[in-house]
Order: sequence, then C-alpha cells, then structure tokens
Amino acid sequence: MSPAPTGRALHDCRDAFAETLMELAETNPALIAVCNDSVGSSKLGAFQQRWPERLVNVGIAEQNLVGMAAGLANGGMLPFVCAAASFLTARALEQIKTDVAYANTNVKLCGISSGMAYGELGPTHHSVEDFAWTRVIANLRVVAPADPEETRQAVRAAAEHPGPVFLRLSRMGVPDVVPAGYAFAIGRALRLRDGHDLTLIANGTLVHRALDAAELLARDGIEARVVNMATVRPLDEAEILAATRETGAIVTAEEHQVHGGLGSAIAEVVVGHDPVPMKLLGVPGIFAPTGSASWLLDRFGMSAEGIAASARELLARKRPAATR
Amino acid sequence: MNSSRPSAQHLAGIARRIRRRDLDMIYEAGAGHLGSELSCTDLLVALYFGELQVDPDEPSAPTRDRFVLSKGHAAGVLYVTLAEAGFIDPAELATFMQPGSRLNGHPDRKLVPGVETNTGPLGHGLPVAVGMAKAAKLRGESWRTWVLTGDGELQEGSNWEAAMAAAHFGLDNLALVIDHNRFQQGAAVADTNDLAPLADKWRAFGWHLHELDGHDFDAIFAGFDVARSTRGRPTCLIAHTNKGEGISFTRDRVAWHHRVPTAEEYAQARAELTEVPS
Ligand SMILES: Cc1ncc(C[n+]2csc(CCOP(=O)(O)OP(=O)(O)O)c2C)c(N)n1
Ligand SMILES: [Mg+2]
Repeated sequence: MSPAPTGRALHDCRDAFAETLMELAETNPALIAVCNDSVGSSKLGAFQQRWPERLVNVGIAEQNLVGMAAGLANGGMLPFVCAAASFLTARALEQIKTDVAYANTNVKLCGISSGMAYGELGPTHHSVEDFAWTRVIANLRVVAPADPEETRQAVRAAAEHPGPVFLRLSRMGVPDVVPAGYAFAIGRALRLRDGHDLTLIANGTLVHRALDAAELLARDGIEARVVNMATVRPLDEAEILAATRETGAIVTAEEHQVHGGLGSAIAEVVVGHDPVPMKLLGVPGIFAPTGSASWLLDRFGMSAEGIAASARELLARKRPAATR
Repeated sequence: MNSSRPSAQHLAGIARRIRRRDLDMIYEAGAGHLGSELSCTDLLVALYFGELQVDPDEPSAPTRDRFVLSKGHAAGVLYVTLAEAGFIDPAELATFMQPGSRLNGHPDRKLVPGVETNTGPLGHGLPVAVGMAKAAKLRGESWRTWVLTGDGELQEGSNWEAAMAAAHFGLDNLALVIDHNRFQQGAAVADTNDLAPLADKWRAFGWHLHELDGHDFDAIFAGFDVARSTRGRPTCLIAHTNKGEGISFTRDRVAWHHRVPTAEEYAQARAELTEVPS
C-alpha cells in the first residue's frame, strides 16, 4: 500500500464498484454480474447473496466468460463482466474484439486488480498491457477511475453508455482525489490543479502520486498542472492541447507499460498537433521483478519524488514560449 | 523410470517436512495458496522422489523428464520441493515473495532451476506439456513429460484443445495428473461449473484413464506405472485429493485456498505437522 500522508484515508475502489453495481441492479433487472470464479476478488459476495440468479459464474474460463456476456447482451441482459484484468484482457482479447467491440454488444468489461495490484504474484497476474490492447480496439471505451467517487460515476456512466466499455479498476488503496460536485463523463478529463510550467497527466492509481509530485514541485516554485485523464479512449484532446499550448511540456504517469498506454495515446495527439517535450513514465518495458505494487511503482520512477524529478528534467528541455 | 522407489513411510516423512516448511513460508511471507499447496504435496513428493529423472546438478539436461506445474499458484510448495530435491538452497525459501526475490508468487523458469515453464494463468500447462511430449517423439528420445493441473483449472477450454492434440498425436510419453480436490477459488467445482463425469470426458477424448488416491504413495506409484506402460495414447491420472490436506482445519475448506493463518492457527497447524518419530 502506498504510504499515505497522515490523515489521508486510503480506499479500495472495488467497494465503490460493487456498491454501485448493486444500486444499479436494484432498479435495472437486466443488470447481471458475470464472473470467472472471481466473486470474492470482485467483492460481489453481497450481490450474489441478494440476487443469486443474477450472478452468472462460468468458472475459470475467460473466453467463454466474454463470449457468453456477448450472448447475454444479445438476449436483452446488461452484463457486467467482473474478472481480474490480466485474465480478462489477455485471455479473452479476441472475444473482446469480435464478440463485444466489433459486434457492438452492450457488454461492460470490468478488469479488477489491474496494473500491478497483484504485486508479488508477478507478471502473469499483472495487467500492464491492457490499455495498449484495449485502446486499439475500435468501438471500445477505456476508462480508469482514480478514486471511489470517480469509480461510482464511471460504473454508472458505463451502464448508461449504449455499447462496449472497459473499466480498469484497482484494489490498491487510493485517497479521494476528485472534488465535491465533480461530474464524470466518458472522454472528459479533469484538471485537478492548475499551473503553467508543465502538465502532469495520470489516471487511476497514479493520480494521487501526480498530485503529490505537484506539491513537491511547488516548493521549488514550479507550478505544475495536474490532469486526471480517466478515459484513455476516446481521449480528451482539447485538454491535452490546452496543456501543450499553455504549459509547453507534459509528463505522463501510468500503472502500465510505458509502451502503448496513456502516455503513448497522449503523445499521438501531441505529435500530430503541437509537439512539445514529453516524458512518459510507466513500467519500463520489462516483466516486473517480485515486489508489491507500490514498491514497483516507486522503483519505476513513479513515487511523488520520482515524478517530480522527471518533471524537473523535462523542464530543462522545455522551449521558451516565444519559440513554440 | 524408477525400479527401486523409496518406501511410502520414507516419502511420508519428506511430505510432512515439506508441508511444514511450506506453512512456515506462507506464514512468514503473509501470502500464498496454502490449501492448494497442501493438496498436491504428496503428488509432488511422489514425482520428485520416486519418479522424475531429473538432476539438480544438471537441471537443463536435454533428456531430463519434464515436469510442468500448471496450477502455478502452488508455486510455494514447488519451491520447497525443489529445495528438498537440491535444485535451490533451502535458505533461499526465506525470500519467498520478498522484493527482488526469484521466488515469485508464480514460478519463472528463467530464474528458478527445475522450473520448466512459467505458469499462473490457469490452463497453460497442458498445451505446453503436449508440445514437450511431441518434441521427445520428434527427436526419438525416451524422456517423459508430466503435468499437474488443478480440477477447477480444467474449466479452461485450452486444456481440451490440448487433450485432443495429445490423443491425436498418440503421445504415450505424456501423463496428466489432475489434483482433484473438488474445490476451486471461491466454491466447490461442482457448484461453479461442474466437470462431472470427469473420467468419461478424458476417455472420450482418447486418453487412458486411471483414478487413484492422491495421498497414498503406493496408489500414486501404481498410477505412474500405468502411465508408463500405456502405449499409443496419453494417460490421465485423476488423483483424488483433499484441498488443505494435512491440517485438520484447512482440509476441504475452500476459504483456505489462499488464506494466511493467524498466529493461533499457525501454532495449531505447526503442532499438527510436527514430525512423527519413525
Ligand atoms: C486464467 C486464470 N483465471 C483465474 C485465475 C485465478 N485463480 C487462481 S487459483 C484459482 C482456482 C484454481 O482452482 P483449481 O484449479 O481447482 O486449483 P486448486 O487450488 O484447487 O488446486 C483461480 C480462479 C487464474 N490464476 N488464471
Ligand atoms: Mg481444485
């Protein structure tokens, strides 16, 4: 668990996820949970008790899990597939592509314990390729909420969106980060802190680390903007281009391989419209060694100090506004 | 091929030692899959100390027997067994799941001698094992391939694709041992997605089928002999086991799939596993 500054409670967003699913199920009899022996790890014990017949557990069989979900959607149900992100995306990728995204079935794919949340269980259980895999699939929304409130709203938004959504959830403790009165929308980023020296963009479990990094930078007189980019596809291009225009440099941080994820997606927009220096932080193209998620994130340069250090390095490469 | 196998009593002593070290290791690490590991301990002991032609001094010998632990979440007991068999230093077990340790929660063949393939996602071991057995056939070599799966794991379709291939290719140098402990992660297999009739399924897929008591060394070896003497098709050994076997309060209790004992539970378990004087 990430060391929280004193007084900041950490939350397991699976609780908000499961509670919201139950709230929605209360009023929508078509909503069902579809699992792969993952009732406990998705925190769906209460859901199963309340509606045993609306929790479809197919056992350890992810391809059938997603294929069946597509069929359930075709048959008029609203399936929320709840499975460890690694097995859901890696094992059933073709079902996700063809049966869900291409066929446009109304399936919600909920990847639980994504990123390196499984820590010491190792790279087989880490899901640090899933942004890359899912964001290149047409017609699939990809969302990684940052805290319990954003998780609640993202689950509701997924239920309301008439089509495929991949919700990338974690079990790693995170503090509350979104402000009171926040309204989440798929595809809209949230500026959590303003600044004009550079922009830190993160999502999911990295958002609070980026906020802490901005705090460290502020002590040195560096004003970093912090953007929570929960939706990886479709990207909030306007917010990215505001960052290039108004701050001239971008550091991205994600609990994902540095290749192909949030940072890469942002770089695709930046390079096409308004190139500025960028630094992409993530898992550096390796299978992680044994260790907890927070230990690994720190090791990969994504502690608050690590992010701040990358920001300082990047500032040295930033071009003066007049020459941009 | 093992003509003079150690006595069942001797092996029971090894198994008890391994269970104890495994319990200690999980307790120390605060993580692991205790129930899953106790369930297959006797099968691993029978394989490593009475069957497999493997050499800790030459763990990559080209003609070694291959053993694949498909239920990779039982990595802990594999490490303890590999330490007992001389593949790794027993002192290293203290690093299980610690930062930077090569003893990850799931086995990595690149790091740990004696590990043949990386497992963790269920349903990977059998296809890889089928490839190994096919390689031995293609090379005209006599080494054998053994693979151990869980029972819940058999819900993965990849197993059944591999089952067809193994029978199609006539891989009589391949044996599958199913750790049939009747439980998976969250519930009984029968209450999740039932496998029954399991034996009939393997027969229908063209395998020779033999059932045995997975906690009885004589029965296990009789099964291994059946596998080795079967010609023209692969053998499936359904090992009837108990999840959590060896500790009274973990036995047949699905909650112990990956629970870590409290201090009191640990003390009781340790007492139950204390060496019986021979
Ligand atoms: C593809 C995949 N899906 C889900 C899991 C999560 N998981 C780990 S162990 C387990 C249960 C395994 O049950 P079984 O095969 O009966 O093994 P046992 O522990 O009972 O020996 C599950 C679902 C996984 N490791 N891989
Ligand atoms: Mg089992």
